[in-house]
Amino acid sequence: MDPRPGIIKERLKSIKQTIAVSGGKGGIGKSVTSTVLSLVLADAGYKTGLLDLDFCGASTQTILGAKNTFPKEENGAVPITINGVKFMSITCFTQETATPMRGTDITNAITELLAITLWGDLDFLVIDMPPGLGDTLLDTINLMKSNFLVMTTPSKTTVEIAKKHIEVLRQSNAQIIGVLENMSRGEPSASRELAEKFDIPFIGQINFDPKLEDAVGNAEKLLETRFAKEIKSRVAKTLKSL
Amino acid sequence: MHEWALAEAVISTAVEFAEKTGFEHITEIEISIGELQQIEEDPFLFALEEMLKEKSKPVDKNTKITLEKENAILKCKSCKHEWDYLNALNELDEEKVESIHFVPEVSHAFIKCPKCNSPDFEITNGRGVWINNIIGK
Repeated sequence: MDPRPGIIKERLKSIKQTIAVSGGKGGIGKSVTSTVLSLVLADAGYKTGLLDLDFCGASTQTILGAKNTFPKEENGAVPITINGVKFMSITCFTQETATPMRGTDITNAITELLAITLWGDLDFLVIDMPPGLGDTLLDTINLMKSNFLVMTTPSKTTVEIAKKHIEVLRQSNAQIIGVLENMSRGEPSASRELAEKFDIPFIGQINFDPKLEDAVGNAEKLLETRFAKEIKSRVAKTLKSL
Repeated sequence: MHEWALAEAVISTAVEFAEKTGFEHITEIEISIGELQQIEEDPFLFALEEMLKEKSKPVDKNTKITLEKENAILKCKSCKHEWDYLNALNELDEEKVESIHFVPEVSHAFIKCPKCNSPDFEITNGRGVWINNIIGK
């Protein structure tokens, strides 16, 4: 019998809201959105954590510019804090070394991280999800009571994949906060129609910010970007009203 | 002491088990410790006993804990070679062993098949803490 699932509920009991930034497709800005969202929430005074569950493509440590992230060992793993955000990722342990994992390994690693991480009191735990409908999505649904923020872009391919993603979330009775379109060019898109079709909120469009890349690796600079301001006005506002 | 977190998980699972099965008292919990996670037996047992002292039925100070070690066996998915983790342990520095201690799957970052050098291996035995049996009445 695996003892770890038995303690996960206890570990997460002092977290008011868990926000899983997902969407199904890779390369649509889930990692930068989850990182900037956590920075924006912490900057607004909320106790915030960021959990990177994209084990095979973890990048939030690069976006944050996080160094020496090995957690403290005090009756569990205590995450380090970066710009007010408690941070946990597989990269805290892998020293930036490539870590190929199969499904069973992914499930085991998620279960272990959830069982040993001592988050303490949090207003928000933001999760950076990997692309796809695989183990991580299903484990997140099963092990944590998460609210999913479904990301899209104006691309028809992305919207089609997001549709399947929403279908799985619906079938699993997972909570969906809404649809957020990234890399928008300010034109009407299929993302709004997608949200309307499933009767879920369309949170809005985040315009492509050509200066965002320059701020990657510097949390202070990220907070000053137009991208961060748009995340604050659209997503953070929605979360506060929930 | 990360052993404390895993000890809490064992106690919590035993209590849940008693609720499901209707056991009034858990008399024994049999636990195996996989060598991959390099759990320190004494602090783990100490944590379990300290927690049990503070508890009342279904688990309490009279609940017996038995621990057994389990060899960690790794099997290459590419060439099917099997090897013992302890053979790889000598080649890992302290920081890497500590990382595997927290999350055993991190071993995929640091260990390769000694025969074909593939990082694609399976942990077939001895991953970490496992409850073999819960006895109650």
